[in-house]
Amino acid sequence: MLSFIENAIFRMVWLEQFVERLLSVIGIDVTGRLGASLSFFIYDVIKISLLLCGLIFLISYFQSYFPPERSKKIIGRFRGIRANIIAALLGTVTPFCSCSSIPLFIGFTSAGLPLGVTFSFLISSPMVDLGSLILLSGSFGMRTALAYVFFGLVIAVAGGTMIERLHMERYVESFVRNIKSPDVTGHKLLVKDRLCFARSQMADTFKRVFPYILGGVAIGAFIHNWLPEDIIEGILGNNSPFGVIIAVIVGIPMYADIFGTIPIAEALLYKGASLGTVLSFMMAVTTLSLPSLILLKKVVKPRLLWTFVVICAVGIIAVGYVFNILQPKLNLYY
Amino acid sequence: MDINIKVIGEGCEKCDKLYENTIKAVEELSGELSAENLGKCLAAAKVEKVEDLIEIVKLGVMSTPSLMINGEIRLLGQTASTQKIKELIKEYA
Repeated sequence: MLSFIENAIFRMVWLEQFVERLLSVIGIDVTGRLGASLSFFIYDVIKISLLLCGLIFLISYFQSYFPPERSKKIIGRFRGIRANIIAALLGTVTPFCSCSSIPLFIGFTSAGLPLGVTFSFLISSPMVDLGSLILLSGSFGMRTALAYVFFGLVIAVAGGTMIERLHMERYVESFVRNIKSPDVTGHKLLVKDRLCFARSQMADTFKRVFPYILGGVAIGAFIHNWLPEDIIEGILGNNSPFGVIIAVIVGIPMYADIFGTIPIAEALLYKGASLGTVLSFMMAVTTLSLPSLILLKKVVKPRLLWTFVVICAVGIIAVGYVFNILQPKLNLYY
Repeated sequence: MDINIKVIGEGCEKCDKLYENTIKAVEELSGELSAENLGKCLAAAKVEKVEDLIEIVKLGVMSTPSLMINGEIRLLGQTASTQKIKELIKEYA
C-alpha cells in the first residue's frame, strides 16, 4: 500500500511512462541521450508542478490556521528549550518566503521572544516545510523524508539554543530592539475564506517557484544524462571524505526553493552521490542563501550573522555525515 | 462616528491590489449608503496606506497585505475582492 502511494502519487511512474511513450510516438528515441534528457525534463516539470499545486493548496489551507502573528503568540507561552522546539515546529507550518523573514524577525524580536527562539523559527521555516516532506517522499522515499525533517528540526532547535547561549542580543540592530509590537488577533476565518486564502497562496507560490523548477529540472536533466558518473561519484560519493563539505559550501550561496532543488538532488543521487551529501546540499541551498543573508544583514550585526551562518553550516555538515553513516544500516534510499 | 481604514503592505503587487479594491469599496459604499451615517463617514474617510516596515510591525502585523478597520485586523496576509471588503466595512455601521 505504501509503495503504491509512493509510486503512483508521489513518483508518478505512470506519467514517466506516458511521456516516454508519447515521445516515442512522435519519433524521438528516448533511449538516446538527448531524448532521455527531454523525456526526463518534461516528466519532471509536469510531476513537480502537479504535486506543487496540489500540495500548496492543501498545505495553505492548513497554514491559514497559523499566520505568523498567531505563531508568535503561541511561542510566547513557552520558556527555555520548549520554546525553541515549538518555534521549530511552527516554522514548518507557518507560510514563509524569504521576503517575509525580515518582518518576522522584527516582529518576533520586538514582541520580546528570545533571540534563539526566533532563530529556531528562521532556520526551520525555509529548510523544512510540509510541502518538502511530501515531495521528498516522492523522490527519496518516505523514511528518508522523515529523517530529513527530523534532522532539520534538530538543527533548528540546537542552532537556536546555541545562539541563545552565546547571548548575542547586543548584535541585533538597535532600531529593532526599540520597537514595541502588540499582539493582534485575526478575525475568525470561515471555510470559504480559508479556501480563498489557499487558492491565492497556490497561485502566488506557483508563479514565484516555477522558474526555479524549470531551472532545477534542467540542471537535473543535464546531470542525469550528460555528467559522467565517475566524476560525481568521485567528488560526492561514499568514498569522498569531503563530499558533504563541498556540497554545503557550493549550496550556501545558491538561492532556490526546495521544489527547484529536489530535481538536482535526485539526479546527483542517481549518479552516485551519497544520500547524506545530497540532503545536506539541499539543506544548505534552502536555509542559507546570499539574498536571504543580505536581507538579514539589515537587522543584525555582522557578528551575529556569521555566527548564524557557521552554526547552520556546521549543523548541516554534521547531518550529512550522520546520514551517510546511517544510510547502509537503515537501508534508507530505495 | 469616524471610520479608519488602513491597508498594510510594503508595496507588493498584492498590496496594491488590496489598496485599489479597498478604495473602490469605500467609493461604492459611500455612494450606495449616502443617506446613512456610514455612507457619510465613508465619504469623508481616507484609506491610509501603511508601507513602512517599522510602522507595520508596530501595528503587530507580520503578514502582508493586511487590512485594518478601526484598529481591528480584518484581513491578514491576503487580499480580497471589492465585494468582500464592502461586507467587512458594513459591519462598522
